Amino acid sequence: MNATPYLTPQQIIDRFSARFGNGLTEAKVTERGEGTRKVKAYNLWFRIDREQLRPAIEELIAIRFPHLAVIAGNDLGTDIELLYIFSVFYGQKFGEYMVTIAIRLPKSDLTVPTITDLIPGALFSEREKQEFFGITVTGIPDGRRLFLPEDFPKGVYPWRKDETGIPPEMIKNLWEVDRPKDRPVPPIPEKAPAPEGKKEGGESP
Amino acid sequence: MSAEKAKKTVPYTVPIGPVHPALKEPVMFTFGMEGEIVRTVDFAPGQTHRGIEWMGMRRNPVQIVHLTDRICGICGIVHSLSFARAVEQIAEIEVPERADYIRTILHELERIQSHLLWAGVAAHELGFDSLFYLAWRVREQSMDLIENLTGNRVNYGIVQIGGVRRDISDEQRALVEKGLDYYQGLLDQMATLFLKDSTILMRCRGHGILSGDDARLLCTVGPTARASGLNMDVRQDYPYCAYGDLDVKAILPPPETGGPQGDVYDRIIVRLLEVGQSIGIIRQCLGQLPAGEILWEPKMAKLLSVLKKAEGEGIGRVEAPRGECMHYVKMAGKEAPDSWKVKASSYSNLMSWIPMLQGEQLADIPIIVASIDPCLSCTDRVAVTRNGQSDILTKEDLTRLSREKTRRMMQ
Repeated sequence: MNATPYLTPQQIIDRFSARFGNGLTEAKVTERGEGTRKVKAYNLWFRIDREQLRPAIEELIAIRFPHLAVIAGNDLGTDIELLYIFSVFYGQKFGEYMVTIAIRLPKSDLTVPTITDLIPGALFSEREKQEFFGITVTGIPDGRRLFLPEDFPKGVYPWRKDETGIPPEMIKNLWEVDRPKDRPVPPIPEKAPAPEGKKEGGESP
Repeated sequence: MSAEKAKKTVPYTVPIGPVHPALKEPVMFTFGMEGEIVRTVDFAPGQTHRGIEWMGMRRNPVQIVHLTDRICGICGIVHSLSFARAVEQIAEIEVPERADYIRTILHELERIQSHLLWAGVAAHELGFDSLFYLAWRVREQSMDLIENLTGNRVNYGIVQIGGVRRDISDEQRALVEKGLDYYQGLLDQMATLFLKDSTILMRCRGHGILSGDDARLLCTVGPTARASGLNMDVRQDYPYCAYGDLDVKAILPPPETGGPQGDVYDRIIVRLLEVGQSIGIIRQCLGQLPAGEILWEPKMAKLLSVLKKAEGEGIGRVEAPRGECMHYVKMAGKEAPDSWKVKASSYSNLMSWIPMLQGEQLADIPIIVASIDPCLSCTDRVAVTRNGQSDILTKEDLTRLSREKTRRMMQ
């Protein structure tokens, strides 16, 4: 699509630091080698101010049109962090990097501009983040639900860890399910019910 | 024009689903039809969402490995491998070399199994049932090998954090080699059956086209992207497991068949060639299988205590049979991870249905939908039951339409 030459991880970091300066709060490279030759694969991590999200993605597109893997998210208590996980330089033998651009949104203002005009394939991930984190993506071309059922209660966001997360009454634990009442008595007496205090799944972390 | 009259004009809306029109998996399609031609496409996944990520965020990583095994019934290793690799990076666990090779061997056996399963489904959608039976019969060999190596036909349970749970013995090695010879001999036959057959050519060539630009913009992955000419394959681009030691090249439709055109036919070619590639990779791995341990730490209590202290974030990424599979994990020195996001390969591929289906005929829907090899259990991860609606076309109706079209074309 464009002819920017191949860059090393450090060169990409330099380009981002030169362009965003103080807007870039963290930039690091992690590497990992596996197998006998331990050929390295690199991951780049950028944490930037929320206003810089679109410029940062435009910068990445200027380097090479990236592949957007997914938008991941973390509930950090007062903020929600969104991580846009890309990869660049595919097609280059052992030369592809994962580039993660992370922004923080305070829970008082959970809005983020859409990036579907830059990368149309981001639509799925943006719709998913709206329903799972209660974020508003401004300018999203299609803001319907994606994975959750239509009758899912409003204002419940499964991946949030605060009061808007899944309430305990919505959780059904398999071990709490009793034997159906309309069946004959089993030949061997049933085991005693599960001891008190044993909780699986229903606890908040 | 009155509102009453407007309703009866084109395009007609044809809902299909939630039973999947091609595979036995649920997704809801809404097509805007003008006669036989598809004008607009809309779909709603999420019919098999099980909240696996939510469950994972309340369990320890060793428990999650077993949960990841059950994300998909076909890709038995890719999710557990992606997850384990992400956690290994966070906890700085060094996987033994032998384990990396065993992971690679199973990863490739899975690819053979998955591609043959797909080849059978594709033949069935076209109404070529003898080929469907043949593809699924030969697939059994790879299933038997997987069962022999892991103890299971599906949900392998082979990956553990820090390595694998079973070693490959010398007898098993001989079995795998025998199995590979079997497939090597079959490859030419399968290629002839699929690629020299005039009916398959008629039904697939020039149908369901995804241009290279669309594939790039929609973030398509795997064989679907490669059939559209995108040179991407995680095994080639981003070394993991034993792939850093091997010479794997992304398979694109070869010039002999006219290079990448991005149609259904190209997706068949890419997958068939990849079966051959997988055989080569497994042979190479068996040839240079390093000796040594298979687990970083066999003692569970020790492993769990290390994982409990781990802090940081990691990305595990592998090339699944359908394309890139990626897990993002964040650990914060607690038993359960702070965050876990699963990105299955079909998650990236579903959006490519829209450009592929527009302008095609109703009877071509099954094969085009099947051509990206969608896996919805992976993509959706609350089961809902709704009352059936009478105006919904079932899978059987569609398959019948597809077969009738094949018959018409053969006359």
